[in-house]
Amino acid sequence: MREIHTDLIIDTIKEMCIKANHFLSEDMECALHKAAKEEKGALGKQILNQLEENLTISGQEMIPICQDTGMAIIFMEIGQEVHIVGDQLEDAINEGVRRGYQEGFLRKSVVGDPLIRENTKDNTPAVIHYSIVPGSEIKITVAPKGFGSENMSRVFMLKPADGIDGVKNAILTAVKDAGPNACPPMTVGVGVGGSFEKCALMAKHALTRKAGEHSPIPYVREMEEEVLKKINELGIGPAGLGGSTTALAVNIETYPTHIAGLPVGINICCHVNRHITKTL
Amino acid sequence: MSEKKIINAPFSGEIVKDLKAGDFVYISGTIYTARDAAHKRMFESMEKGETLPIDLNNNVIYYLGPSPARPGNVIGSAGPTTSSRMDKYTPKMLDAGLKGMIGKGKRSVEVIESVKKNGAVYMAAIGGAGALLSKCIKKAEVVAYDDLGTEAIRKLQVEELPVVVVIDKDGNNLYETAVNEFKEKNK
Repeated sequence: MREIHTDLIIDTIKEMCIKANHFLSEDMECALHKAAKEEKGALGKQILNQLEENLTISGQEMIPICQDTGMAIIFMEIGQEVHIVGDQLEDAINEGVRRGYQEGFLRKSVVGDPLIRENTKDNTPAVIHYSIVPGSEIKITVAPKGFGSENMSRVFMLKPADGIDGVKNAILTAVKDAGPNACPPMTVGVGVGGSFEKCALMAKHALTRKAGEHSPIPYVREMEEEVLKKINELGIGPAGLGGSTTALAVNIETYPTHIAGLPVGINICCHVNRHITKTL
Repeated sequence: MSEKKIINAPFSGEIVKDLKAGDFVYISGTIYTARDAAHKRMFESMEKGETLPIDLNNNVIYYLGPSPARPGNVIGSAGPTTSSRMDKYTPKMLDAGLKGMIGKGKRSVEVIESVKKNGAVYMAAIGGAGALLSKCIKKAEVVAYDDLGTEAIRKLQVEELPVVVVIDKDGNNLYETAVNEFKEKNK
């Protein structure tokens, strides 16, 4: 049994929250840069250049990339040979978020009750997804998620007869409806299969995949490429003001499902698709 | 995008008359921030006939909830939030004299009608460029609803805040025309 103390988890999550909100991961930065070079619209190009300038200012002056520094989404992949010592794990994760958002001058965007709506003033609690995996390490992914794009996300419970065309149409529908609201260029995470909640979780997890990396399943990879092309033919463009860059990436995950169903979850994110992974 | 057009806030009726959907303009002067919670509170105050903590007449509201300022800075990251969440409250604000709104994303039919009726204007700032936009804010002061944290109403002094006119006083909507125009050109 390898012991990991929760103090280490607290510090790690704190640092990850701060870093994720000021420095876009290299894959997203590259995708944005490539888009700025290839954008066909003059106005679209100008906006993409400004988004790149925004990233420079953010990193140099430690001003968050976007004022919506998100709700902290945290994936914890815990090796089954690990013994966690110290505090309660969930408390430790939230303490890491609390310190990260306070010490990093990040916005506190969480309300304690969805209808009473009083701000918790420290951005906790986080949304935490645990999985138990083989090994003696803990892999932590921190993905602060903004809600301008989160609000444009969808779940479609398709029929098996809708097939692959139904899935492609569902993704295009979600992107079209999102339009300028989701701060295009977007990143699109998709989960196909599983159940109602599983497809949504896969869609969220798909956003943490590196932009430019594809599914290892050949037909899924083809679908990712085809749908990305079709999205960029919609003409929505940067900021929704017309252009050839509406999305930077489409990442699709799949899972076995029921004979009666074809669930499709679509999680929309903007170009500020923050995700950092660290292994302890 | 030939010459830089700078307009001063608060807006007089004349300023709004000259703004057309698709115009790129820079706003200098005094504007206010308000987003979801502040809108709800102002709306409820108006329903009860109470006086609002800010005068809406000829003023511009920026849909913004900034991140906290680091020591020595005026404000933190300061980009627009999605405007449609304010749609429910907007016609009442426009009827009370509000002349301009800065946000991002689509508006409802009711808001567009109210913009036309009241001779106002809806503008967009670039979503996701909060660090860049924060540079245009020279002074920020909470003037109402302090308990709302980031959602409090702030009075901002801005210098050349870049925005694009999305819905003008005649109801022209850039989100519709710009995408169609791009598609026509790139057929």
